[in-house]
Amino acid sequence: MTWLFVVLAASTLLGGLGVVLTRNVVHAALFLLMSLVSVAGIYLILFTEFLALVQVLIYGGAIIIVLVFAIMLTRTSEYPHISDNRQWPLAAIAALALGAVMAAAFWTSPPTGTAAQSPAFSELANSLFTRWAIPFEVASLVLLVALIGAIIIARTGNGEEG
Amino acid sequence: MTPLVYFQLLSAALFVIGLYGVLARRSAVLIIMSIELMLNAVNINLIAAASHLQGIGSFVYFDGQVIAIFVITIAAAELGLAIAIILRMHRTRGTVDVDEMNLMKW
Repeated sequence: MTWLFVVLAASTLLGGLGVVLTRNVVHAALFLLMSLVSVAGIYLILFTEFLALVQVLIYGGAIIIVLVFAIMLTRTSEYPHISDNRQWPLAAIAALALGAVMAAAFWTSPPTGTAAQSPAFSELANSLFTRWAIPFEVASLVLLVALIGAIIIARTGNGEEG
Repeated sequence: MTPLVYFQLLSAALFVIGLYGVLARRSAVLIIMSIELMLNAVNINLIAAASHLQGIGSFVYFDGQVIAIFVITIAAAELGLAIAIILRMHRTRGTVDVDEMNLMKW
């Protein structure tokens, strides 16, 4: 295990813990940013440069900004009081149980992998546009439908108070 | 060289953190953030498998990376819809607390 992986994994997990434990919503968004950028670093360790780039652009840029917009637009006086609900011990137990099962499964039968390797951009593009061409087109359709749906849901309808 | 199993453990840990957030949080925006954490955990797993298992058995063509691209796409679509619903919720009900969203609760 290299020290780089340890540092990036620690900052990913600390950011994640910050997201789920902090009481301040804006701090949660910033912790999420820290976690997502660390995940981009993990992708770089795996020699996946393209996805690291996409991660920084889409998650670090677009998604965080949209989330901060949502926080600002829905900011009410109730935010300091909204934190965890009453069943948080149950949630912690469920999460720890699932984590224990997954860790045991991964640890007892570790896969025999090769050293990390990654395709050239051209190989990835070939795969995306030949083997995965139909899912690719469906994904574009899904994006279109989701964005039209988002506009229709969020806009102020006629005659509605707004 | 970091073995694949450490990436899988990291992915499991991040997924569990996100699961706790989804179950324990009350603000809808915080739940969305926890879902993003879980999606990233899945992506770490997919990409680690794609780059470590390339050429072994049926793992060819770096399919894991392509699936990760699709996961990111769907995450973006899901986030857009979710934000629209949260804004709508805030406008009509004046709250983003999911415990008060009980209109369709039996």
